[in-house]
Formats: sequence, structure tokens, C-alpha cells
Amino acid sequence: MLLWQILIDGFAVSALYALGATGFTLIFGVSGVLNLSHGAIMVAAAVAAWAASGDLHVGSYVATLIGVITSLVLSFATYFIAVRPIQHSRQIAESEKEIFILTATLLWGIIIQEAISYFFTNNAKTVLPIIEGVVTVLGVRTPANEYFTAAVCWIVIGLLWVLVNKTKAGKAVLAASMNPRGVTLLGFELSSIYLAVWAVYGVLAGIAGVLLGMFLGVSSYSVGPLTASAFSIVVLGGLGSVSGSLIAAYVVGYLETITAYLISPAYRTIPSLLLLLAVMYLRPQGLFGRR
Amino acid sequence: MRSLFSTRLFWLTVAVLVGAAVLPQFASGYVLGLLTVAYFTAVFAMSWDLLFGFAGEVNFGPTFLIGLGAYTAGILDQQFSPGLSIWICIIAGALAAVIGGVVLALPALRVSGPYFGLTTLVAVLMLQNFVVVFADLTGGEIGLSVPDVITIDQKANYWIALGFMVVSGAILFGLSRSSIGLILQASGQDKVQAGALGFNVAKHKLAAFIVSAFFSGLAGALMVFYMGTASVGTFIDVSVGVQVIIAAVLGGRRTVLGAAIGAVFLIGMGEILRPLGELATPIVSVVALAVVLFFPNGFLGMLRGEARS
Repeated sequence: MLLWQILIDGFAVSALYALGATGFTLIFGVSGVLNLSHGAIMVAAAVAAWAASGDLHVGSYVATLIGVITSLVLSFATYFIAVRPIQHSRQIAESEKEIFILTATLLWGIIIQEAISYFFTNNAKTVLPIIEGVVTVLGVRTPANEYFTAAVCWIVIGLLWVLVNKTKAGKAVLAASMNPRGVTLLGFELSSIYLAVWAVYGVLAGIAGVLLGMFLGVSSYSVGPLTASAFSIVVLGGLGSVSGSLIAAYVVGYLETITAYLISPAYRTIPSLLLLLAVMYLRPQGLFGRR
Repeated sequence: MRSLFSTRLFWLTVAVLVGAAVLPQFASGYVLGLLTVAYFTAVFAMSWDLLFGFAGEVNFGPTFLIGLGAYTAGILDQQFSPGLSIWICIIAGALAAVIGGVVLALPALRVSGPYFGLTTLVAVLMLQNFVVVFADLTGGEIGLSVPDVITIDQKANYWIALGFMVVSGAILFGLSRSSIGLILQASGQDKVQAGALGFNVAKHKLAAFIVSAFFSGLAGALMVFYMGTASVGTFIDVSVGVQVIIAAVLGGRRTVLGAAIGAVFLIGMGEILRPLGELATPIVSVVALAVVLFFPNGFLGMLRGEARS
């Protein structure tokens, strides 16, 4: 039974990690930006949904929508405040833009995090799940919300795949990640592609954030670990490789769940960190990365 | 070297330092305590600047080196208290940080940019986990209290911190202006070309890591014996590392001196804004973000820009 429990829990946690990391890797793949305010945006989405259902007494679906809109707005704000000015700056040398964007998004994340804890306190918040109740499969009682979370994550990832691979706009985004100059030569406006990518990112991070709030709960303390886990999943899978980060999300999710169940929840993150270090030493481009 | 002594910045620095040295005659113990912490933070930031500003290594984990130094010194003192001089503990702390620096340098020679940045971040998280897991030895999340302190005299502590900052600042600054600093800068900007010019990039980078680790660890160890305690929140947490990085970027990268200015500014600002309560941190962050966006060369860059125009 323990095995089944680990399989289910691990699957749900991993699906959530995968969804969170997908947006992160998409932004990196297309515009080369590592957004270190990622965790803060996810937490903001969850807290917005929590506040909407708690203070405004709206239903779960509306609350989720409010959370996703919050994340979308913050995603655009991140782009216009912390990323675009640096990309267009003449004072900063091209080779140093990367570290400046890292620093700026990190600071921006801290600002969001502090604003959340100022207005909504540091307490952990759990968003009311859309689906309530408990399901028993093979003798293991699991909250129905866990299956729901996993299902939504995979549906959204599937929709993203269709969007990127089958629609014209999506193909332009894909092309921009391979060769930005080529895309502009074909008459696509690169800046509108970036905007579209940040919009998609905002929606993905929002959904992941709200689901996380329903599944595990969030507080302003989860900002750092969330960013770190998305970062490490993406690097483990290989920067810019979406399928790589999906697989890496499952590796990390299951490693954490197994450790938590079989050894101790206190050691939860250690094996995945060790794995990450080993990969860094032995295969720096990540498990499925291209150099 | 002659040109150095004739610059205005040099004399300004000397004047500020002389002012700082006589400050204990006028200032209250509260201000001195604040500045003592600020001076140690300044050494953290200057060490970081040597690695990032010159060697071009994106090190998100300055606290890995700081924490190693702090905890090694603290644990040694706690285990062997009367038998072991605290100076031996402090040196052991610095050496532990140097070993950590070498371990950190190994991946840096293979991977670069965000990959290395992540490795350093993971190193910090690992250290943090180990402190919590081996709570019997390290005090875990509550913190480690050390039985000895260097001195309880506030003024003496202040002068030790100031002297330590000046000496390490001078060494780091001298290093950055020497040919070693130039080679580091070259290999940070273009590894292949620097190697093609016949410089041993790996050796220089390793040296940069060792020097940076040595001063980070030494400062961490000294700070433990100033505070009397070591905790994850003051020495290892990622947010401490972020503060060090912000200090260096705020003051002006690749200047060493700027890192110290940034650190004193950050600590001072945090304290002045303390009456605002929880709003203090976001305000400091907004100011830091504005500086990064509008004055990417930091305070020193602003100062120099004005001097030029």
C-alpha cells in the first residue's frame, strides 16, 4: 500500500513541478531569461485566489481565475520592469546582461514577496480546493484534489504542446527559440513574440500557483524554495529542453516523495540536491540538454 | 601605483576611514554595533566582488563559504572550549572555507554562467540541510552558541572589524589592480582568448576562489566570535547571500571598494527604515532595483560619472 501511496503522491507532486517548470523553461528557451521571481509570482497567484475566496466570497472557479489574472499581470510587470529595460540598456555590456537580469528579477521577486507578507501576513494559506472529498483506490485514501491537480497539470501541458507545435503563433515562438534573427527576417515582430511568451508564462505560473495553494498550501516562505526547485528541475533536464524538464520534474518529485515516506520528511530535498550536484559535475548540460 | 595615490577617490577613502577610526569617541554603542556588522558584511561583499566582478563567476552562494568558516570556527570552539584558543578556531574556519572554495572551483572550471550559479545555490542549500540534520553538533535551526567571544568591549570589537575590513579591502583591491586582477578580468570576459594569450586561466580562477573563500571564511569566523552565536539565518540562508550580492552590485561591481560602500549603505538603510516595520525590506529592494536599472555601475559609477562630466 505504501508503494501505491508513493506512486500517487509522487505523481501529483511531480505534475505540479512539471507545470511550474514548463513556463520557466519556455521563457529561458525563447528569450534566454532566467526569471528568479518565478516563486514569488506563483505564490502571489495562490494568495490572490485565497484572498478572493476568503474576502470576496467568490466561488472556487472565480477565485482561480483571479489568481491566474494576478499572475498574468505580474508576469507582464516582471517583463516591463525588470527584464526589458536591461535588455534595451546601453549602459550595460552585452556579456553582463544575464547577471543583471538575474539580479533584477531576484529583487523584483523579493519586492513581491514582501508585499504579500505585508498585506496578507506570513501565515501559510490553503486555497479551497475545487474538488473536495476523498477517493479510495486499491485501499489507499487520497484527496480527490490530488487526482484533479495531476489531471489539470497534464491537460495544461498538453494544451501548451498543441499551442506550440500546431498553431502558427506557436510555431513562430518555437522558431524564435531556435533562431531569433531568422524569425525577424520572416516578418515576425520579435517583441510581440516575447510578449506572447510572457503571457503564456503568466498563465502557466498562475495555474501552477493556485493548484499548489490547493494541494500543499503556500506562504511567503515558499517563494525561495519554489524558485530553486523550478531552476534545478530545468537545469537537471537541460536548459531550454521542455521534454527534459518534464522528465526531470518526475525524477525530482519521486525522489522527494520516496525520501519523505521511507526515510524522513526532514531529508526530503537532500537526495535531489545531491543528484543535481552529481549532474553538474558529470554532465553539466543536464540530462537531456543540448550545448 | 603613483597614480593611485593622486586620485581623489583614494584620499576620500582615507578621510572616511580616519573618520571611521575615531568614531567610537562620539558614537553610541548601538551605532558601533551596527557598523561592526556592516564592516564584516563589507568583507563578504568585497570577496564576492573578486569572484564575480573580476573572475566573472556568477556565485549565488557566498554564504556557502561564509557559513563554512563561521560554523567550523563555532563548532571547534564549542567542542574544545577552554583548551583551544579562539584564534586557532578562526584560522581553522578560514581554512575550511578555503577547502570549500576549492570544491566550488572544480565545477566552475567546467561549467559557466547559470549552470555554475545553480551549483553554488545548491551548495548553500546542502550546507543548510546538513546544519539542520546534524543538529546535535551544529545547534540546528535554533543556532549554535559559542562559549567564547573575542572581547566584550564594544569599541575594541568595532576597531577589530574596521581594521579587518581595511586590511582585507587593501589586499583584495591590490590584487584586483595587479596583473593577476587583469588576467582574471580577461579570463572572465573571454576564457578562450585569455588562454590563447598564454595565461593559465584555470590556475588564476582557482586562486581567485581560494582568496575569496579565505576572506569570506575569516570574516564569517570573526563575526561568530563577535556575535557569540551562529545560526542559519545569519550566516547561511540564501537571503543573506542575496544581501551580499545586492551590496556589491549596488556599490559598483569590479571596484572592490564599492562593495564595502554598498554593504555599509544596505545595513544602515535597513536600520534607518526599521521604524517602518515590515515595509523596510521592500523599500530597500525597490531602491536597489532602481540603482540596478538606472545606474548599473552602482554608487561608484555614479560618483565617477559625475567627476567626468
